[in-house]
Amino acid sequence: MSRPLLSLLTFLFLSIICNAFSPENPTDRKVLVLLDDLSVKSSHSLYFQSLQSRGYDLDFKLADDPRVALQRYGQYLYDALILFSPTIESLGGSLNAAAILDFVDSGHDLILAADASASDLIREIATECGVDFDEDQAAMVIDHTSFAVSDTEGDHTLIAGDNFIQSDVILGKEKIKAPVLFKGIGHSVNPANSLVLKVLSASPAAYSANPKSKLSTPPTLTGSAIGLVSVVQARNNARILISGSLSMFSNRFFRSGVQKAGSTINHGRSGNEQFVTEISKWVFHERGHLKAVNVRHHKVGEADEPSIYRINDELEYSLEIYEWSGTSWEPYVADDVQVQFYMMSPYVLKTMSTDQKGIYYTSFKVPDVYGVFQFKVEYKKLGVTSLSLAKQIPVRPFRHNEYERFITAAFPYYGASFSMMGGFFIFSLVYLYHK
Amino acid sequence: MEKATDLFSLKSLKLKTKQQELLLRISILGLVYILAFITRLFSVLRYESMIHEFDPYFNYRTTLYLTQKGFYDFWNWFDSESWYPLGRIIGGTLYPGLMVTAAFIYWTLRFLRFAVHIREVCVLTAPFFASNTTLVAYFFGKELWDSGAGLVAAALIAICPGYISRSVAGSYDNEGVAIFALLLTFYLFVKAVKTGSLAWSLASAFGYFYMVSAWGGYVFIINLIPLYVLVLLVVGRYSMRLYVAYNCMYILGMLLAMQIRFVGFQHVQSGEHMAAMGVFFLMQVFYFLDWLKHLLNDQKLFQAFLRITLTCAISVGAIALGVGTASGYISPWTGRFYSLLDPTYAKDHIPIIASVSEHQPTAWSSFMFDFHILLILFPAGLYFCFKRLSDATIFIVMYGLTSMYFAGVMVRLILVATPAVCLISAIAVSATIKNLSQLVRTKAKPTQGGSGKGTTSTKASSKGALDRSLPYQRNGAIALLVGAFYLLTRYAIHCTWVTSEAYSSPSIVLAARGAHGNRVIFDDYREAYYWLRQNTPQDAKVMSWWDYGYQITAMGNRTVIVDNNTWNNTHIATVGRAMSSYEDEAYEIMRSLDVDYVLVVFGGVTGYSSDDINKFLWMVRIGGGVFPVIKEPDYLVNGEYRVDKGAAPKMLNCLMYKLSYYRFGELTTEYGQPPGYDRARGVEIGNKDIKLEYLEEAFTTSNWIVRIYKVKPPKNRW
Repeated sequence: MSRPLLSLLTFLFLSIICNAFSPENPTDRKVLVLLDDLSVKSSHSLYFQSLQSRGYDLDFKLADDPRVALQRYGQYLYDALILFSPTIESLGGSLNAAAILDFVDSGHDLILAADASASDLIREIATECGVDFDEDQAAMVIDHTSFAVSDTEGDHTLIAGDNFIQSDVILGKEKIKAPVLFKGIGHSVNPANSLVLKVLSASPAAYSANPKSKLSTPPTLTGSAIGLVSVVQARNNARILISGSLSMFSNRFFRSGVQKAGSTINHGRSGNEQFVTEISKWVFHERGHLKAVNVRHHKVGEADEPSIYRINDELEYSLEIYEWSGTSWEPYVADDVQVQFYMMSPYVLKTMSTDQKGIYYTSFKVPDVYGVFQFKVEYKKLGVTSLSLAKQIPVRPFRHNEYERFITAAFPYYGASFSMMGGFFIFSLVYLYHK
Repeated sequence: MEKATDLFSLKSLKLKTKQQELLLRISILGLVYILAFITRLFSVLRYESMIHEFDPYFNYRTTLYLTQKGFYDFWNWFDSESWYPLGRIIGGTLYPGLMVTAAFIYWTLRFLRFAVHIREVCVLTAPFFASNTTLVAYFFGKELWDSGAGLVAAALIAICPGYISRSVAGSYDNEGVAIFALLLTFYLFVKAVKTGSLAWSLASAFGYFYMVSAWGGYVFIINLIPLYVLVLLVVGRYSMRLYVAYNCMYILGMLLAMQIRFVGFQHVQSGEHMAAMGVFFLMQVFYFLDWLKHLLNDQKLFQAFLRITLTCAISVGAIALGVGTASGYISPWTGRFYSLLDPTYAKDHIPIIASVSEHQPTAWSSFMFDFHILLILFPAGLYFCFKRLSDATIFIVMYGLTSMYFAGVMVRLILVATPAVCLISAIAVSATIKNLSQLVRTKAKPTQGGSGKGTTSTKASSKGALDRSLPYQRNGAIALLVGAFYLLTRYAIHCTWVTSEAYSSPSIVLAARGAHGNRVIFDDYREAYYWLRQNTPQDAKVMSWWDYGYQITAMGNRTVIVDNNTWNNTHIATVGRAMSSYEDEAYEIMRSLDVDYVLVVFGGVTGYSSDDINKFLWMVRIGGGVFPVIKEPDYLVNGEYRVDKGAAPKMLNCLMYKLSYYRFGELTTEYGQPPGYDRARGVEIGNKDIKLEYLEEAFTTSNWIVRIYKVKPPKNRW
């Protein structure tokens, strides 16, 4: 075997390994894009280009392609999945809803776009993520007050949405100026699900109904309860984007101008491109992805971590939190990271100080209670990776020889015992020898 | 003394009668000593050298820790593996006597270069101490009556089932050494009262110290001895000997007992120990009055003074007690103590005490089972004791009567009564047989009667000689003797049978008879615990009913939520609540306790009846005692506890039911019965289609006796 070839192979392998998603390098690299038909590839090319320009390796497949597979030999082939096939009834290969949810549950990301006449499969996946699309197959979101003004009068299903979630982490620091064009179906988020967030909601006047027929019964979904675009950050930090509109991602919407009804401002370009790009950055972990490392605790004045603390010990606790910037780990700066010293309830709850370089630290006194405690950091902030660290540490009472000796309060007792001893001695002498 | 040479010399040399008797006595005692040991080895021969039951596993674990880490680490041991997350200060909440004893034996053997394992020492500690108890019983019997009674007492106690039940090999529990310590303390105290010697009294105080270090039953001593002293005072048997014996024993015993962390200052602070203190002060008053009486020599003046002093003393005592109790300095009686005085107390107020089977009132049959003929001989012995009343016999009578009462209140206290019953019965046996044999001998060989008298006892024999000879006296005596031997033989047979059949099962390994009469072994417990040890993370927390806590920590080496040291009722009630709630509610509770695994014991496949479903009502009661949301009637149908189709809906869907019967509906357990037929309850279960949402089955042992479930983490996307 020639040495150059071997090294080349090694290099190739290394580069593949380095590019894959990992806890150390959480940005997705290989993305599978499943389409209804390949025309979407060109009609939504701006969006795909923006992803590719940021370094993503997109693999376009037809959703019913029998060769499509997410994993091989138990290993996932992709780091993320974009499901732009709203009408597909059954996926190709061995793929089904459960496989996609397993994909998410093993820590991978998902962008799912539905549309009017979304299939049951798409609805099922969304439901499993806490997003319930309108049951009515023909329903669309209609808004007679904040629709996008267009040349034709239309049925007001093209909505200019500007009801964004207030989160720099999810939508980027830069404010989205122009409204986002949206044409598709609305959803409600399951109240039992605490992880799903509406990123773009409909205006209070919106409702979800079939635009082609007359409204006979009151619509089930109304007002700002209607979600247009929602995200889920799962407990394993997999991120999911669910949109009720596929055309939101299209070149046509990216390029078109927008004028909201009742408003005189005519934006030359809709906010779609900015909105979709920023939210994709979030979904693909370019923003708001934290890691906590080097959790340390020790007694004040010592360096080593003990296996057990004693009650009333003074201790120091520190950890480092970093945020992934898309290319490297940067120190995470916040003033609201708290640590609990917890046994069934928090006995100590302290906000930690930071040195602005990622290290958070605090010191406190162990409470006067023994038991098995935990250092708990439960950092849950909108959009940011939830940090949930627990480190168990027992706290023991004093040892028999750790109590204070010869306390002043006990002097009378010492006096009593010694005088008793002396007295007994003298008494014995007198009794025995003084007859 | 070498036995073999003695036997040899017996033939070649003519020994004097006295020497012959001594030799005979020593050989009998030696044989009894060995017998007491080997009769307790059934379980080792039949199964293996293993620790039995529940509490012994904790004792074993602590002993292991003691031998590995040394005494001070043991003394300061904070155990974070039990009572998660509260933990338990082991050193301060146990009676260390047993562990220290076993460790001491272990170290001694090691020093003598015997490479034993600590488990073997632990397994054999109880039989060893049972052997020692026979020696004490001999000396005690000798003290009470004569050496013959002592020998009979030693023989009776060596095989008495009441004692064997707690001292078979492997039953490594406090009682194993505590009965020895109890009897020793009593013997030494009686000796001290008899001689009035400070040395015996001091020895008795040390015996008491050992008892305090070994078992909570020491409270019996510290209440019986004052009671005895009080009785002696009342019947006018007050003496200087008694004064010396009691005062020395009480003061030193109390000071020594305070060295045990678990007992601490209870001797001066708890209501249960106040009687001893009261009697102590009473003794001083008595002595003082005696002295005054001696000084005054004026009956009238003394009577007046007596009245004043007594009223003062009693009122001061009462006020002190009242103030102490009111201010909380003197703690009130504990529930266990109350339930001794009022057997229904625990049932109404403390379900956790009532739930333990050995705290139940004793059935008549178990008296018969544990004492056999001793039950008949006991009153006869009392008769003999009353006939020859002395300080010592008064003591044994009081010990016998009080302990018999306690034995009637709680099953486990038969153990305490056993030595007294054996001693008193031994007096009956010995006295009767001696009388009878004298009758037989005097008729048969009048010349040898003298020597017979001389050998046995000089005191008691005079009576036999005085008896008028009645018609058929000799034949009658022979018949009675034969009858007595027959009874004693039956006793020996019964004891051996009981030991072999009832008391030698380790309860951790179950045995049953198969269809062909062969022995079937169910080793499911250990299978499950070893599974836990090898397949779960090191810091996994296991939730189970408290019965199995000690075994899980000792054998599975995993953290448990509650265990057999039932010190925190709320914690146990929380587990009871989780077991009796619906799955989703239970999940919340389990999450809050960081539970990783749930372990249930299920006997539906094997017909093992002491499983969790049968214990379940106690979980409901204990849980409901703290959390009123759990109501017992919800689990009953017309006051009836059932698991079949007619069971209460809450019963059919509570966590315990689900975990016990998960997948059981698919299983055919018995030929000719529908699937899901519960052999322990003899019914077809009512909910065969059990779906678990928050837990998943992790392991089920080969006979389904132990089932372990894993608590699932919270859902990823919800």
